Order: sequence, then C-alpha cells, then structure tokens
Amino acid sequence: MTAPGPTGGAAGTAGGLRAALAERRFAVTAEIGPPRGADPAAVAEKAALLRGWVDAANVTDNQGAHVRMASLAGSLLAARAGVAPVMQLTCRDRNRIALQSDLLAAGALGIPHVLLLTGDHPCFGDHPDAAPVFDLDSVQLVWAARTLRDEGRLLSGRTVAPRPEFLIGAVENPFAPPVRFRAARLGKKIAAGAEFAQTQFVFDVPGFDRFMAAVRDRGLDGRCAVLAGVGPIRSLAALEFVRTKVPGVYVPDEVVRRLRGVPRDRVAAEGVRLCVETIEALRAIPGVAGVHVMAFGYERGVPEILERAGFRRDRAGRLPVGGGVGAG
Amino acid sequence: MSASEQPHPTRPSIAASTGYRLGRVLAPNRAYRWLAGRIEARPRLRRWFTAAERHSKQRLFGCRMCGQCALPATGYACPMSCPKQLRNGPCGGVSANGDCEVYPGRRCVWVIAYERAERAGHSADLTLLQRPVDHRLAGSSSWLNYWQGRDEGLWTSDDGLAHPAPVHRP
Ligand code: SF4
Repeated sequence: MTAPGPTGGAAGTAGGLRAALAERRFAVTAEIGPPRGADPAAVAEKAALLRGWVDAANVTDNQGAHVRMASLAGSLLAARAGVAPVMQLTCRDRNRIALQSDLLAAGALGIPHVLLLTGDHPCFGDHPDAAPVFDLDSVQLVWAARTLRDEGRLLSGRTVAPRPEFLIGAVENPFAPPVRFRAARLGKKIAAGAEFAQTQFVFDVPGFDRFMAAVRDRGLDGRCAVLAGVGPIRSLAALEFVRTKVPGVYVPDEVVRRLRGVPRDRVAAEGVRLCVETIEALRAIPGVAGVHVMAFGYERGVPEILERAGFRRDRAGRLPVGGGVGAG
Repeated sequence: MSASEQPHPTRPSIAASTGYRLGRVLAPNRAYRWLAGRIEARPRLRRWFTAAERHSKQRLFGCRMCGQCALPATGYACPMSCPKQLRNGPCGGVSANGDCEVYPGRRCVWVIAYERAERAGHSADLTLLQRPVDHRLAGSSSWLNYWQGRDEGLWTSDDGLAHPAPVHRP
C-alpha cells in the first residue's frame, strides 16, 4: 500500500474526523462493536449502516472487558466498508511494549484516528480471572502516542521511522466524581497530546454545560475538539442496565421519570426523542465540536436519530476505490 | 493489607497536613544522601530499612512499594492502591457517590486524593503529568531512591499546557 496521507488514512475513507474538525464542521462519530467471532461481515454490515452518516466510527477494544475481534482488525474492516475508523486501544490488556507496537501497526495500516483509554477492569467482563495489566494509564498512553508520532521516539527513547500519522483522541467523563476535577483531567490529556475527546453519555445537559464552562475557562476548547456522547435508551430494562450496571453513567431523575412515565410500548420512541433533543441541546453549547452516538446493538437506529436531529447522509465515506487495505 | 493482595483503594490513616509535613522532613539533602549511600552499601541494613518503610507506609497509606513514591503530588493518598494503578487521576467509572467501580463501598482513592489535596491548597499538584512507572524499582525503598535522586522527574514541573512536556525523564 502507499503511505497514508495526513487526511486520508485507510484507503477509501478520505475525510474522516480529521477533515471534519479541520473544516470546523460539527462532527458526528458513532460506534462499531466488533463481533465475538471471526466473521468479517459483521463489521462490514454495521459500517454500511453508518456510512455517509458519520465522519468516523469508533471500533471498540474488547469493550466491557468482553473478548471480541481485535479493534485493529475491526478498524481495517470498517475502512474497507467505507467508514473512517477510530481505533480504540485500552491499557487494560497490554503493557507498554504491546501498546506501542499496536500504535505502530495502526500507523502502518493507515488507521486515521486512535482513541486511547484506560479500559474497564477485567472484573466486569467475561474473563474476570484475567490479569489486569494497566502498565500505563490513559494519560501516559496518549503521551506515548504523541511522542511516537511527533518525535518519532518510543518510551525507551529509541527512534522509529517512519512515524505514524494518526489523530489522537481521549475520553472524559464529565459526571464522575470528583466532578470539579474533570475539566482539569481533560487538560492533562490535552497536555499529553489529545486532539479530540469523546465524553461519556450525556443525559444531564445542565451538568454537561457546567463541565464545558470549566473546559472553556481553562482555554481547553480551542485546543481539543470535544464530542459529547449520546445514545438512546430504548427500554426500561436498558434504563435499569445503564443506571446500575455501566460504570460512570449518570441518568438524572427527570430522565428516569420521563421514560417511566410513558406506556411501555412507547419507551423506545421516547428514548429516541430524548436522544434527538439532547443532540439539539448539545449543539447549542459553546465549545462542543460534535456528538458521539453510542447505540450499542442499535446501529440501524443511528441514521434515524441523526436525520431527526437535522443531519444528512453527506459525510465522506465513499466505498473504497482500490489499493491499500481498502481493496480487500 | 499486604502488597501481595490485589490493589484496592485505601484511605490514608494520617491527615494530608501531616503528610506534607513529613514530606518536608524527608526532603533530600546531603546528609540523607550520605545516609542512603551507607544503607545501600550494607545489604542487611538495606533490607531492614526497606522493611521499615514497607511496614510504616503500608499502615499509613496502603503503600505497595512501587519504589517511586507519588504521595507528595497526590494529597498523600497512594495511587497504587487504585485497582487500575492510575497515576494521573481517577478513571471514568467512579460511582456517583464517589465509590470505586471495582470495590463498591470503598471510596475511590483519587476522590480521596482530590479532597485532601484541595483542602490543603495543593489541588494544582494533580494537574502535573505523572510519567510511566519504572517497574524495576518495585519492592525497593522509595526513600532511598528519593535521596539518591533516582526518582527525579517522576512528574512534570507544570501542567504542560503552555509547553509540551517530554514523556522521557529529563
Ligand atoms: S511508594 Fe508507591 S506504592 Fe508506596 S505509597 Fe508511594 S506511591 Fe504508593
């Protein structure tokens, strides 16, 4: 394959999040969870639903500490299907040798964006007996990625050539205690090299507004594109699940009341409406550069949500045009 | 707790102010450096000294003897007692009530660290970037390493936002 260009990345996905942010368009990203199995079509199908609707899609890294196809492979498959991938990489399962090696692999394969995070503890997953690695933390991993890309050096100090070219992303949870430290923590990730950040689900818009005010006060909004996390709650069972089983998700009482207040067969529609309204509210908050739609298992619903929120299927993400990894 | 157990968030048993005071007492100087050299020259004495640090800091902070102590920059709450051993602040999974996601019922050590540092007027310490841990130092005395200057540059001198800080120790 030819070397990836700074805006291109994996073949067939010219544009992507980097282009959206460079053009100062309101960015849209979504999520693709790779399958538990070796079926490449599972990724392609999810990508096909999102293609054109999103600037890029995160490919999760053994999300929730459950074994899935590797995010690097999932990212390649998404790119082949015409969606610019954001390869997630967590500190949970790899030491600094493996992490840097995966970053080089991402660079070699033209993965245009990486999202570097701590990761859920193995105790939440399907292998609670696994060793929790956590050799680096997420700030250190972002720092290592920037060093690799901008200085062409490993943590050991040894040089690498050529350097990877990906955009570096991180995550933040505006709602997790200590809440007043969260903007500062995002600042640490920015100081380490994060250029975009996706947040945990926003159900509490005023709370998120306060977080963004703190982000702006620190002058961080001009240095990092903040993409607010959103997603539809489509059943009362799902509501209970995100409230009690997903670490770090906060659902305010009024949202709970609203979803419980409609007839059971209307919860899904109400959840989608709430999600659309949330996106509209988030767009109005200064410093919000985009939204990140997490609709676990409901990828087919993402286009409807985006359409109702006023977006069109006009985002880069053409089918691959031969050459490189996209030619599959 | 013993260091061989899984790390779990530990509330220090001494006040942060006492920690900062102790920190000043232990600040490296020529005498300490000389002392560290003498202790390190005698294996038995070194083992005894290291055991003394282990016992006292385990009781006070839940210390896990990483050998490169972060306490002065973390409100004197030990980040290695975090189940994810995070050195740069809390993860995103902290419960609404401030409990650790892995050990419900135990307060996140970074929430504790933030509260202690803030009360002591040290919250800016938490914005410093902590460099990756050197696992070769595990089990060794952080005091000896500190006095001998082996842990210099464990964290950056400022928040790194104005000028990118190198990830490599200076
Ligand atoms: S030496 Fe390491 S493990 Fe012990 S208290 Fe200090 S930071 Fe914690």
